Amino acid sequence: MISKSLRARTNLFIVLVVMLNPLGNTFLRAGMNRTGAPPNWTAQALVIFFWRAFQSGSVWLGISLLLLFFICYMLVLSWADYSYVLPASAGSYVVVALLGSTVLGEHVPVGRWIGIGLICAGAALVGRTSPATEMEN
Amino acid sequence: MRTALLLTVVVLAGTAGDIMVTQVMKKVARGEQWTWRIAPHRVGRALARGQMWMGVGLMALAFFAFITVLSWAEVSFVVPATAANYIVGALGAKVLLKERVSKTRWAGVLLVAVGVVLVCAAQ
Repeated sequence: MISKSLRARTNLFIVLVVMLNPLGNTFLRAGMNRTGAPPNWTAQALVIFFWRAFQSGSVWLGISLLLLFFICYMLVLSWADYSYVLPASAGSYVVVALLGSTVLGEHVPVGRWIGIGLICAGAALVGRTSPATEMEN
Repeated sequence: MRTALLLTVVVLAGTAGDIMVTQVMKKVARGEQWTWRIAPHRVGRALARGQMWMGVGLMALAFFAFITVLSWAEVSFVVPATAANYIVGALGAKVLLKERVSKTRWAGVLLVAVGVVLVCAAQ
């Protein structure tokens, strides 16, 4: 039986994982949207494109949030089951669509919402399987 | 077209990088129990292998392709579309890592695949 504090700590980290990843991606999108697409695919154009991208505060904020997400993800996996964390963190697909539509004003068609629902269901099903093949006997 | 091409790079390079890093970590773990004390040694052994750096390089390539596609495509489309890594990852785990992938996991992967197709079709 797991203690109340361990359950609370796990839930806190799952919330952090589900929020930090979409937030990081949203800031990356905001920064990259301002940078604009590369005008062509020559090496010189790409160097200038990435140079401009890494001058954006939003891009660095996005990268920082994704690094924080990665640390939280690794930490929660150090005590919680992968099979619990994987489906629980699939909620980030819903959060990123919500942030995209509310914060960035993106239009999310119904078909995309259904697709995101299926991805979450699939991730939940994958999460129900044993995280290590030798445990599947 | 460029979106599909770059998303393919994100998924293939990201998953190939994941698989390479997983292979190296499994090799250096040698079945030992994980403890915080041996963690730096294990990471050190991993970083001494060329395959580890190839994996990290592929992950970096996936990240640069990801931020490039975000310069014109919506985040609510790009992130769910990259869930295709569940499909490529399961295939890679089966073929390259020789992991046993259960029917339930394949069913989950199939649901993800249908979800990704719907997300892309709704673009």
